[in-house]
Amino acid sequence: MADAKITLEQVLHVAKLARLTLSEEEGRQMQKQLDAILGYMEELDELDVSGVAPTFHSIPMDAPLRPDVPERCSDRSEILAQAPESEAGGFAVPLVLEVD
Amino acid sequence: MGDFAWQSAFEIREQVAAGAVSAIDVTRAYLERAEALNPKLACFLTIDHEGALAAAAQVDHARRAGEELGPLAGVPIALKDNLCTRGVRTTCASAILGEYIPPYDAHVVEALRASGAVILGKTNLDEFAMGSSNENSAFGNVHNPWALDRAPGGSSGGSACATAAGLAPLALGSDTGGSVRQPAAFCGITAIKPTYGRVSRYGLVAFASSLDQIGPMARSVREASQLLEVVAGHDRRDATSADRKTGEYLAACDRGVKGLRVGVVRDLLDGLQDADVRAGVEDALKALEKEGATLVDVSLPHAKHAVSVYYLIATAEASSNLARFDGVRYGLRVPGEDLTETYTKTRAEGFGPEVRRRIMLGTYALSAGYYDAFYLKAQRVRTLIRRDYDAAFETCDVVCTPTTPTPAFALGEKTSDPLEMYLADVFTLPPSLAGLAAISTPCGLSADGLPIGLQLVAPPFEEEVLCSAGQVVEDRCGLIDTRPAAVA
Repeated sequence: MADAKITLEQVLHVAKLARLTLSEEEGRQMQKQLDAILGYMEELDELDVSGVAPTFHSIPMDAPLRPDVPERCSDRSEILAQAPESEAGGFAVPLVLEVD
Repeated sequence: MGDFAWQSAFEIREQVAAGAVSAIDVTRAYLERAEALNPKLACFLTIDHEGALAAAAQVDHARRAGEELGPLAGVPIALKDNLCTRGVRTTCASAILGEYIPPYDAHVVEALRASGAVILGKTNLDEFAMGSSNENSAFGNVHNPWALDRAPGGSSGGSACATAAGLAPLALGSDTGGSVRQPAAFCGITAIKPTYGRVSRYGLVAFASSLDQIGPMARSVREASQLLEVVAGHDRRDATSADRKTGEYLAACDRGVKGLRVGVVRDLLDGLQDADVRAGVEDALKALEKEGATLVDVSLPHAKHAVSVYYLIATAEASSNLARFDGVRYGLRVPGEDLTETYTKTRAEGFGPEVRRRIMLGTYALSAGYYDAFYLKAQRVRTLIRRDYDAAFETCDVVCTPTTPTPAFALGEKTSDPLEMYLADVFTLPPSLAGLAAISTPCGLSADGLPIGLQLVAPPFEEEVLCSAGQVVEDRCGLIDTRPAAVA
């Protein structure tokens, strides 16, 4: 494992960033799979692309402005009906800040 | 009644418009067939009896009132279950959205309703459209109607299967790296991946936003072209939607290929391991030549990097897009001690293994210290892939490759090795990364009786030429009169 592309520690760190929990067994399996995938992707190293501009959009596009006209949006109750929990016309979540 | 199953969208519309049959009768026949065959094929996740019959009744009413009927009046259609349908659950084949009922219709759904189409239900897919075999669905495997132990392809496997098995003449799928083309190839039907921006994605649950497109699927090139005509066009609710004129795709089917320059990627074709796939493509090339096309050699030297590039860019974008599934506004919530634990528990339970894997890979590729080496590098190599096509289109009008390296692989064959599954996308990924238009249409059967798909790729917004060339391939080597074994 000396030349692992990604370590178990890194996997667990990334899981934390991605707000995922992995059991130990899942973490080990994920490490193996990501390591194989990243190992394959090393084939990109044969290319020197330092002078090549990246393509973030395949088709050139601009972002035109549209008139700012108010219009009806979805019904609030219809949207809240999809929420796991709602209260007083809003989405309800577990306590975020402790208050005295 | 059973006869409706194999009729084309055009035949159905004509009979409905003439009053020879009612849209209600057509719809009932399709609903019955779907109920009867779905236990065997698992292509539908939801069959919407009530909605379908209501839409059909509306068409019949409009006809009796002498109103002008839309181009798909009374024609049944199946929708991939990542397209939002107001009032009908939209799951993305994920436990995290298992009970989600959208409060709005996707743009394409609005367009279909306006055209008189009858939405039969929602089709199975790889969870969040991530996969190439439909085996990543949280709700069970779809079976290939040509051989039930084979994968239907993915991620629009349910839509491809439903169309191929005569459960719907038309279907919509979505294509990020081949997700309408590859299942179309595996199931022996036609699918078009329109140019990035051609069809509005408003109401398509996002996977990789620089790649996602919605694509029509049908048993014939003409039907797929007609469906593209209905859903294509500008929509201000999708900022990437192109504000330019749409084509006459159906009319283009009758233009032939005289003078068309077909680019052949010779080294890629000669490198094919599967002799049947190679023979199928060679047959199609001969057919095109016979009809007046010229074959020219082109090369795509950077296409071989597409798997690496795609699985960095698409996963990076997915990791960002799927951050919205946090158990707050919709979908599953698994309560934890605090908000953070609620997020992590919800996501760990709600997402399946492949989705988690892609979120992990994408988060890694975007994270501090790795962004330049992975994500940015992939975007730079993407430029090289795009330039390969630019160069090819200097000497040809369409680029021809197989859609897949092999016909449909067996269910379970590639599930234990994610990388093996990714490599199956090698031909569909390059045009996706370049944002180009592409079609997959059948060009024969393998020795085992499995369909082979031909992929044609055109410059941005030149879908018409794909319809013309696809039609010639269908006429000379298609499978239009061959029914899949499991439902013949």
